[in-house]
Amino acid sequence: MNWLLVVEQCLNGLQFGVMLFLMAAGLTLVFGIMNLVNLAHGSLYMVGAYLATAAVMRTGSFLAAVVFALVGTLAVGMLIEVLALRTLYERDHLDQVLATFGLILFFNEAVAVVWGRAALFTTVPPALAGHITVLPGIRYPAYRAVIILVGLAVALLLYVVVSRTRLGMLIRAGASNRTMVAALGVNIRLLYTVVFGFGAALAALGGLMAGPIYTVLPGMGEEILIQVFVVIVIGGIGSIRGALVGAVIVGMVDTLGRAFLKPMLSTVLGPSAADNAGPALASMLIYILMAAVLYFRPQGLFPAVRA
Amino acid sequence: MRSRARTLTLLGGLVVLLLVPVAAALADQPFYLDLFRRIMIFAIAAVSLDLILGFGGMVSFGHAAYLGIGAYAVAIPAFYGITSGFVQWTLALLLAGLIALAIGAVSLRTSGVSFIMITLAFAQMLYYLGISINAWGADDGMRLARRSEFGVVTLANGYVFYYVVLGLLVGLLALGHRLVNARFGVVIRAAKSNEPRMRAIGFSTFRYKLAAFAIAGAVGGLAGALLTNQTEYLTPSYMHWTRSGEIMVMVILGGMGTLYGPVLGAFAFLLLEDLLSAWTVHWQIVLGPLLVLVVLYARRGLYGLLPGRDG
Repeated sequence: MNWLLVVEQCLNGLQFGVMLFLMAAGLTLVFGIMNLVNLAHGSLYMVGAYLATAAVMRTGSFLAAVVFALVGTLAVGMLIEVLALRTLYERDHLDQVLATFGLILFFNEAVAVVWGRAALFTTVPPALAGHITVLPGIRYPAYRAVIILVGLAVALLLYVVVSRTRLGMLIRAGASNRTMVAALGVNIRLLYTVVFGFGAALAALGGLMAGPIYTVLPGMGEEILIQVFVVIVIGGIGSIRGALVGAVIVGMVDTLGRAFLKPMLSTVLGPSAADNAGPALASMLIYILMAAVLYFRPQGLFPAVRA
Repeated sequence: MRSRARTLTLLGGLVVLLLVPVAAALADQPFYLDLFRRIMIFAIAAVSLDLILGFGGMVSFGHAAYLGIGAYAVAIPAFYGITSGFVQWTLALLLAGLIALAIGAVSLRTSGVSFIMITLAFAQMLYYLGISINAWGADDGMRLARRSEFGVVTLANGYVFYYVVLGLLVGLLALGHRLVNARFGVVIRAAKSNEPRMRAIGFSTFRYKLAAFAIAGAVGGLAGALLTNQTEYLTPSYMHWTRSGEIMVMVILGGMGTLYGPVLGAFAFLLLEDLLSAWTVHWQIVLGPLLVLVVLYARRGLYGLLPGRDG
């Protein structure tokens, strides 16, 4: 095994982890504050990817696509919050799961109606198509490096917003006592709508960056959504720090497992058995990890402190 | 008087189900035999989910996993030439029950949202496992060469298969009735409404819940065994998470925490699907918002609309 490959796969793991984090942050924020389980979060990721792809095809400018996808998904998110999800905050989780399941069916079918069922492909923007040298002798695709940087920047920004600004203070206050915040004259409904839209935009950011490296097709949101659930369960529900740590762990384990489990198994089991067992085991790895974490810490690694 | 009206309604439903094959044969429309058999198979799955979801308050979002296990337990022996239903179905019940036991042992350590996410994640894990096993069809799946055979009785005959499914459904409802009213069922229901109190008076609620979870899994496995016989095909998509969602919708639509509700829900959901899909290929674009509306505005389920329901 050569070390160049190991470093490259570690970076890939980090890149995937950052992607998971963008999704997990929005999901866990919405859950922590509004107590809403939003299965349709994956749909917002998909909407972001589709809007960006459509905008790139129309205008040819990646920057315009980024803006269009972020603003568009923000609007879609706020719209579904006002139309449907708002009424669900007081309901039990089962109702929330069912209603957002209905939204998933709707969104998957809606994008199929507009853009068709076949996968769309876009390319990496030309300015980021090259490679950069991360360490002497190690070159890495610039686009993926940018994803990592954007993700880390978002993590930092989130930390600053939630813990250092007035908006963040309101968000934290709204999470611990909704009625009290409302009584103090804050428009809590509007605040919730804004937070939801913000989470939707984070999902769209993940989706639009995913477009050029994965495929854009109906149902793409749920594939990542379920991995994001694993992230959240491992990190601890409602905690942004937990989401970051969980996302990096899951990203790394999944990527390294897929890359190295098969060659490692083939030295033990022989190549033909490893051909079958390797991919199967690699795809199960994060779930096994989740079971192990749950066994020792059912509340996750960084449980949110709740009032 | 009130409960008599309900009994009559249910008996009427049973008579209709008994007569479906006759009508289908007279009208020469075998499609309806197929449709109603499929609906009853999903009704079995929905009843098994309701046992933990409605009666036990465990929101399992991974019930399709057990369907898948049951399907594999039939198709893999069949692939190697073992077509005996006794072997296949026993395997389906046992395997699904044991895997449910393992999944439940981990998942039941949590509750609420974590429980929903974890059961979903485990089901998805089995789905990916199914997809990656090339020897048994991977994501293309494989054909079931012959339906299960029980000595001289073979499910290859669609009518025989229909009445077997109907018999199993009725049997399951009778067993379920005994179970939820037995001490076991009372403990499960009490644990749903107040678990700390149950623990305080000395019940190990974890064990009871785990047992219920495993039973529901085993019955789900049976439904899977029937499903793969129905379609004569095995595909990992039986375990896809949308399937879990659909079964859950059937339970809620029909009325959770009731025995007959999920059966009604299965009928309503699949008949609606059949109608909508005949009308447009994009039927989910109608179904999705409809589902949201049902959750927002009609929470009691169809069973609550039946005549003579007390309370």
